[in-house]
Amino acid sequence: MKKTGAEILWECLLREEVDTVFGYPGGAIMPVYDAMLKYPVHHVLPRHEQGAAHMADGYARASGRVGVALATSGPGATNLVTGIATAMMDSSPIVCITGQVPAHLIGGDAFQEVDVTGVTLPITKHNYLVTSASEVAQVVREAFHIARSGRPGPVLIDFCKNAQFEETEFEYPDEISLPGYQPPQHAPEKDLAEAVKLIEKAERPVILAGHGVLMSGAMKELEIFATKTQTPVAMTLLGLGALPASHPLSLGMMGMHGEAFCNNAIQNADLLLAYGMRFDDRVTGKLRTYAPRARKIHIEIDPSEVHKNVEVDVPLMGDLKTVLTDLIPLVEESEHEDWKTQIAAWRQETEERSIMSQPVNGKLHAAHAVRALWKATGGDSILATGVGQHQMWAAQYYRFDKPYRLITSGGTGTMGFGLPAAIGSWFAHQDKAVWLIDGDGSFQMSQAELSTAVQEGANIKVAILNNSYLGMVRQWQELFMDKRYASTALTGPDFVKIAEAHGVPAKRATTPDEVSPTIKFAQETPGPVVLEFVVEKEDNVYPLVPSGADLDAMIRRPITREPAS
Amino acid sequence: MQQQTVFALMENRPGVLNRIASLFRRRNFNIESLNVGHTDRSDISRMTIVMDSENVDARTVEANLYKLVNVIDVQDVTNQPAVMRDLVLIKVKATPEQRTEIANLASIFRASIVDVAPDSVIVEITGTEDKIEGLVELLRPLGILELVRTGRVVMMRGDHVGIRHTPGANGGRVRSEE
Ligand SMILES: Cc1ncc(C[n+]2csc(CCOP(=O)(O)OP(=O)(O)O)c2C)c(N)n1
Ligand SMILES: [Mg+2]
Repeated sequence: MKKTGAEILWECLLREEVDTVFGYPGGAIMPVYDAMLKYPVHHVLPRHEQGAAHMADGYARASGRVGVALATSGPGATNLVTGIATAMMDSSPIVCITGQVPAHLIGGDAFQEVDVTGVTLPITKHNYLVTSASEVAQVVREAFHIARSGRPGPVLIDFCKNAQFEETEFEYPDEISLPGYQPPQHAPEKDLAEAVKLIEKAERPVILAGHGVLMSGAMKELEIFATKTQTPVAMTLLGLGALPASHPLSLGMMGMHGEAFCNNAIQNADLLLAYGMRFDDRVTGKLRTYAPRARKIHIEIDPSEVHKNVEVDVPLMGDLKTVLTDLIPLVEESEHEDWKTQIAAWRQETEERSIMSQPVNGKLHAAHAVRALWKATGGDSILATGVGQHQMWAAQYYRFDKPYRLITSGGTGTMGFGLPAAIGSWFAHQDKAVWLIDGDGSFQMSQAELSTAVQEGANIKVAILNNSYLGMVRQWQELFMDKRYASTALTGPDFVKIAEAHGVPAKRATTPDEVSPTIKFAQETPGPVVLEFVVEKEDNVYPLVPSGADLDAMIRRPITREPAS
Repeated sequence: MQQQTVFALMENRPGVLNRIASLFRRRNFNIESLNVGHTDRSDISRMTIVMDSENVDARTVEANLYKLVNVIDVQDVTNQPAVMRDLVLIKVKATPEQRTEIANLASIFRASIVDVAPDSVIVEITGTEDKIEGLVELLRPLGILELVRTGRVVMMRGDHVGIRHTPGANGGRVRSEE
């Protein structure tokens, strides 16, 4: 049967099991919107296209499925750019569909024409320009396959308006022909054997678990491997939840704001097992002195990540879950008692220190709010964040016992990600409330999306940690620029009134005592709620590895009170 | 200067050259030369890339090329038994009296004169870069008006295929185990 290009798009999306899309209409994508009305798809209207991309991204991270964002040509498409770059850096599978001027006008600077495939070339895993209806089915099929397979990532389809109108025979292709695109699955046996040799010899091994564990769904295999070999597991920010925080082998988060015992373990290891992580500068500190005595095994699906930042001894190229499944039977059980004892000693010192550093002074610190939230939600909620100090406090004080709970922008650190990402993730789990820990700065970058939450009845609970500063930048100014606070102070607004103006119930807490009742209020109020926690203005995130410093050259939490005797 | 040479086969889809150029720019790989053209199959293009090895190693380039969905195969032919050729056209100032001298020089290099004008000639030469540089240096004193080169193209001798640094990165084709 003949269908228009626009109809074919929706036919394909349905076959890819898309039930929710996030988008913003405009001239060049109108035929697609018109055709949409005939299909059982729920469309969410953000208040800015960047929100659409972050929503699709949040949806993808929370559901493990491909998120879909739509925008019109020109400014609509360019507004997606930050969202696409964010998804690219964090390997999040989204498909973006943008309208484009009719094919015969391309290159003529027509109204709202922007070279979108050109603009997004370096920030997409792949992109397409569709100039005729006959290409649509094949392109959409490929786009979804590319977005979710291998190392996932964003794919953009720039869809010329004439191709949306044109009619053609529709048939969904059974096969895709991408001769050059064949992500590795199993690592070669001889490489596995090399890895086993290193693992058997190791006395002080540490696993570095990254986002790849979650994306490959290898949580169980990770736990089996770690338990069998008694290897402690450090996690990257995006890897949190790969192993439960409460697991005896968990070292928590590594890197710039990781706990000292975790970074100490990495620096003193004789073997690092990097599982689906990419040795980002935020986790290695100075590369030249990084884990100097450690041999390195790297399980990775993207060959360009191997040896990129850190030379490794044995790369195992393949899908993490598959490779671990192959590897587990080959390794012997071990104990590593001395090593675990050493780490336990470092851990105890850290814990004593962190108790000593909690000031009991009647003032509200961000850590209080995050801890209380963790307790109130049983540690089980999906938690989105903005970017800054509050993000790091969320990572440090909310303990993730389950995967796919933390929705945060790691690679790009995109302020404004939090609110739309929280809304997007709610669409993946509509039975539960989604929490957002946001900063006053980050929240203001996308606060218009509160209207979207209201319009959709999205059950999101927003906790703004208001320190009246672009806190993370202020902290660096304090520590590394002699307190010269250049443009980091923020005035207002009254977040409670802002929320109420959107029709969102809101409450403010200014003392530690008010924290729990405030959280309770949010939990008992149906639908979206905003909480403002007015926290200490000049608290810092510790520990901190200054950029370019050795990973174990941390600035530790200052001790503010004597140990209880 | 140490050079490395790799070649890549890719699906001949729109924009593929742009993707490769964008990749090199983004990853900060400096290329010495780059040559692209169809193969015997119109749906597959072949590209030869020459890089300065101080700037980047072939393994990194290969691994990044595989990230491009349309790239089918990449091989490193540096230090491999391969035929490497450049084609260069050189327009040299030449009075009628100088033409014979140029023709003689050209024939020593198995180059030929492909165009003659009142004040100039065009010399065409194919060969390795060393050989071409040899001729260029000899012609330079006469006055080179214009010079254009294709960039290096390579082909492995015999049945060999080049080295692959990235096991498992590309699928499909049989790969050599040396
Ligand atoms: C879009 C964007 N612009 C600028 C930055 C740089 N930046 C990183 S953290 C930060 C401050 C964030 O302030 P806020 O959201 O209030 O969080 P806080 O650190 O105070 O908790 C800034 C400006 C960024 N990460 N993203
Ligand atoms: Mg702030």
